[in-house]
Amino acid sequence: MSAEETTRKGKGTVFVRMEVCKGCSYCIDFCPTHALDFSKEFNQKGYHFPVLNRAEDCTGCDLCGLFCPDFAIFGARWKDLDEKRQKTATPVEP
Amino acid sequence: MSESLDLHLALAETELENPVLPYLRQDRIPHIWCPGCGIGTSVNCFCRALTDSGLDLDKVAIVSGIGCTGRTAGYLNLDSFHTTHGRAIPFATGLKLGNPDLNVVVYSGDGDLFAIGGNHFFHAARRNMDILVICVNNFTYGMTGGQVAPTTPVGPTQTTMPLGNFESPFNLPFIADACGATYVSRWTVYHVRQLAKAMKEALNKKGFRFIEVMSPCPTLYSRRNRLGDGVDQVKYYKENSVIKNGADTKDIGLGYQGEIVVGKFVDRERATWLESMNDHFSKVLGDQFKPYGGKPEGV
Repeated sequence: MSAEETTRKGKGTVFVRMEVCKGCSYCIDFCPTHALDFSKEFNQKGYHFPVLNRAEDCTGCDLCGLFCPDFAIFGARWKDLDEKRQKTATPVEP
Repeated sequence: MSESLDLHLALAETELENPVLPYLRQDRIPHIWCPGCGIGTSVNCFCRALTDSGLDLDKVAIVSGIGCTGRTAGYLNLDSFHTTHGRAIPFATGLKLGNPDLNVVVYSGDGDLFAIGGNHFFHAARRNMDILVICVNNFTYGMTGGQVAPTTPVGPTQTTMPLGNFESPFNLPFIADACGATYVSRWTVYHVRQLAKAMKEALNKKGFRFIEVMSPCPTLYSRRNRLGDGVDQVKYYKENSVIKNGADTKDIGLGYQGEIVVGKFVDRERATWLESMNDHFSKVLGDQFKPYGGKPEGV
């Protein structure tokens, strides 16, 4: 089990490209489970980007990804990620 | 550096990438749209609609006019053209008739499509030209500094109306319906899933299709009228919008911070310009005429 899997809490997670985030807070305000918060850190342009503070609440529904005007965030379910990983890993294994 | 930042750095190193990124010209991102602007959200929905529609991306062309929304053509990694002010629809008409296999999308703002390009819009809809028009309506001229647009409702202050606007605005779905569009819907950037679905539906339909997307302009329209940030406007969309599919388009005009009627209003079938032309000339000229552009109706 990888280190990532041991830190799994909710049904899904989000991925953030913090360097392109402009801190509009769409994802934070419209997250159905309110799992996201602004970071304390700044990105290189001086904006606060979203962080997954309540990872156990994240369902990976990808609504944040649909809302993001800067294409900076998207969500994914662990189930789908595992399937994708298995598909890409299969040709390497034998 | 905190623990959360480390986790995100670790996630960024994984090979996963945002599903929208293949549709964008990466060298031009980050885009110039302001923080809180809804145009990026509408583009995001459009990219997902393209994924869902299953269209061949080599057969999709996107045409934009001038303005904030007009920059979309420059950011999307499709065949795209950034035309002169207001002339996106004439260019798209030429593109469609020159190569009828293309699925042509006009992606532009309210100032471009309905102020300087108004006449072109009416006649393309009247002729039922086979194009999809997506109009991002932010109620103002964003790029030039917040002047009164043909869609600005009565009431708000603008650069050219410092005491408040008194001119009646256009009701965009009503215009499109009256001119004969085959598909008319209106959504806001709060209704992302519905918007993506509507775009997908419209991409797979024939005829002149029109989608109005209401979007906040935090820098000019909202700030000048003290309406808060972009996200506050989207919250207003959330609280005040009513979904009425099939509503009569003449009753759905927009007031200043009033109720917003969203939904799919018109979905009908009509012969497109090319089909009508082929039909007509086949009748008049008989065998002398070879139908142009794909199969004529009924063959």
